[in-house]
Amino acid sequence: MAHGKLSVMEGSMAIAQAIKACRPDVVSAYPITPQTHIIESLAQMVANGELDAEYIRADSEFSAASILAGASATGVRAYTASSSQGLLLMTEVIYYLARTRLPVVFTGANRQVTAPIGLQPDHQDTMSFRDAGIIELYVEDVQEAYDTHLQAFKIAEDHDVLLPVMVCVDGFVLTHVYEPVKTFEQADVDAFLPPYDPAHYMTPEKPMVFGSGTDDLNTMEFHYMNHQAVLRARDKIEAVAREYEAMFGHYHGGLIDTYATEDAEVILVAMGSVIGTLREAVDILRGEGVKVGLIKVRSFRPFPTEALKQAVGRAGAVAVFDRALSFGFQGVLATDVKTALYDAPHRPLVLGLMAGFGGREVNLDTVREIVQRARRALDAGRVPHEAEFIGLKTETLPQVFV
Amino acid sequence: MDESIISKYDEMLFTPGHRACPGCGASIAVRAILEATGPDVIVVSPTGCVETFTAQYPYSPWGVPWLHVLFENAAAVASGVEAALKKRGLADKVKVIVIGGDGGTHDIGLGALSGMMERGHNVTYICYDNEAYMNTGVQRSSATPMGASTMTSPAGTLAWGKEQPKKNLPAIALAHGIPYVATASIAFPKDLTRKVKQALAIKGPKYIEVHSPCPIGWGFDAAQTIEIARLAVQTGLVPLYEVSEDQPLQVRKLPKRVPVVEYLRLQRRFRHLFEAEGRQAYLNLIQAIADENVIRYKLGEQNSEIDQN
Repeated sequence: MAHGKLSVMEGSMAIAQAIKACRPDVVSAYPITPQTHIIESLAQMVANGELDAEYIRADSEFSAASILAGASATGVRAYTASSSQGLLLMTEVIYYLARTRLPVVFTGANRQVTAPIGLQPDHQDTMSFRDAGIIELYVEDVQEAYDTHLQAFKIAEDHDVLLPVMVCVDGFVLTHVYEPVKTFEQADVDAFLPPYDPAHYMTPEKPMVFGSGTDDLNTMEFHYMNHQAVLRARDKIEAVAREYEAMFGHYHGGLIDTYATEDAEVILVAMGSVIGTLREAVDILRGEGVKVGLIKVRSFRPFPTEALKQAVGRAGAVAVFDRALSFGFQGVLATDVKTALYDAPHRPLVLGLMAGFGGREVNLDTVREIVQRARRALDAGRVPHEAEFIGLKTETLPQVFV
Repeated sequence: MDESIISKYDEMLFTPGHRACPGCGASIAVRAILEATGPDVIVVSPTGCVETFTAQYPYSPWGVPWLHVLFENAAAVASGVEAALKKRGLADKVKVIVIGGDGGTHDIGLGALSGMMERGHNVTYICYDNEAYMNTGVQRSSATPMGASTMTSPAGTLAWGKEQPKKNLPAIALAHGIPYVATASIAFPKDLTRKVKQALAIKGPKYIEVHSPCPIGWGFDAAQTIEIARLAVQTGLVPLYEVSEDQPLQVRKLPKRVPVVEYLRLQRRFRHLFEAEGRQAYLNLIQAIADENVIRYKLGEQNSEIDQN
């Protein structure tokens, strides 16, 4: 097993170290807080000759993603990072990359979406790509951010997959925090991640058309093929996570990770950096005799339907922490969890809880309140509201909303 | 499939059978451009007429690698293609060109084009300028000339068509300090291919604008495409010139100019300028644009230095 080197490092630097180790050929980026430290670190690596990549400072996030579309279609490994408005500006290209099966890797440094403008993290930005056809992986700490970026290229570039992968990392909470991180030698990373072997690419030796139009005779077949590719990624994400564990000794879960779920009456479901807080809270509540467990959704797309069904087991209530809201409906993650558990052998009550928006703190008290709500729902045999806002300051709202 | 058919078209870089309208100026431009590039090229096209009439799965007339991503990003995509070719050690062997329409170039793709030029990518950007959004049914673009009636700048009792002059994108390209900018016309194909070859021989960003009439959108007989294109040049409305680092301004001289009305009256998009009373002032405005071009680009002087084919 590879030994690695443990050091205290900012999250963005750890991500940049991971990207450097993956030897991208083309990096293109446009600055936006909180992604900046990642792309600055990569720029310095290129400036110092430590990273042999074409680094293109784009005129917008839209152009950055477009530059990577051109690079990836020409057969090289391509990477960018962005946040919030920058990711939204890339949206059109991200749909294209998925549909033309170009395995670009993105870091989504999560940040709330304007308006109101703000810098703190929630998941409204990255979860807007739910239906784009890309793979989205959410990480809970800096070590997982480092490890998952190494895994991302391997998943994306697999010929059974060939899809963009976005590694979603909560802004500031992970990008700007210093944590002990184990990084690995280039030779070990090279052994894990071989050079990119494109399945098809632009070359005059074999002229090929990328990005044709289709009509009613063929569009559905392209949709079907893309759907199958995203579904195939389920096994690949799990396999790559296990391969990584065998080589580097770290496993953060495949599609999901579970914590104290076996005999749990109430199971918390969440994604991203809040998982660390929830693990602590579960330990404390378990110490108080509360049968609570935790499921980390690591892969939002493909969605871990079967894994969730199994992990929920006989739990009576599932409380979903949502940091993205489908306005006029409910939390985005809660919607998917409910759908996945609809035909589970023991269908639990599912609570959709809005918490952590715009970086608002989630702490032990938040978790206590959520567990209480779940128990009340169990007593009542029903969930009172499809979307419950935790810690809502009703005293600040105009009277009409109270 | 008949093997003889395959072999007949195998060597062609742009085969017949695509879906361009009869008399399409843009398709003539594409053929002339590929004649100049030869096979060692990657072509990027934004969404637009050329994309629509050449790329309907599972068919393709392209004998060279061709990449369509979106409407507003062809110059950025081409930047990425060029970067990848550098990494693959093919930068000297394989050229990168863009073939895009005026909507994707003058309007929605201008930011990406400016970025590509500012960063200095070795990309030849060629705009086939048919002076409106033709693919979507003839709507005004910033390259639509003054006075033209389109579906979104219609002439009416209060309106006389587009009120603004055409955006001068070659001048914007020049302001980026790039090493080669040229205008061309499908009426002068040898001049066009020569300019494309010239651009490909120069390293860095190049911009070429090719005036490409559209029978459907402009309203003229499909057999007249070349004649319309020629008249546009001969009136002075479309000056043909090139600017490079070595030679400041080379122009196609107009020893005998044609009045703009002889060009305008052949096209349905300008018909309102001749049908209603009191429109002479607008015709005078358009003639003034041509007169201004003659002065600005020195079109009237003799002793042209460029090939007069």
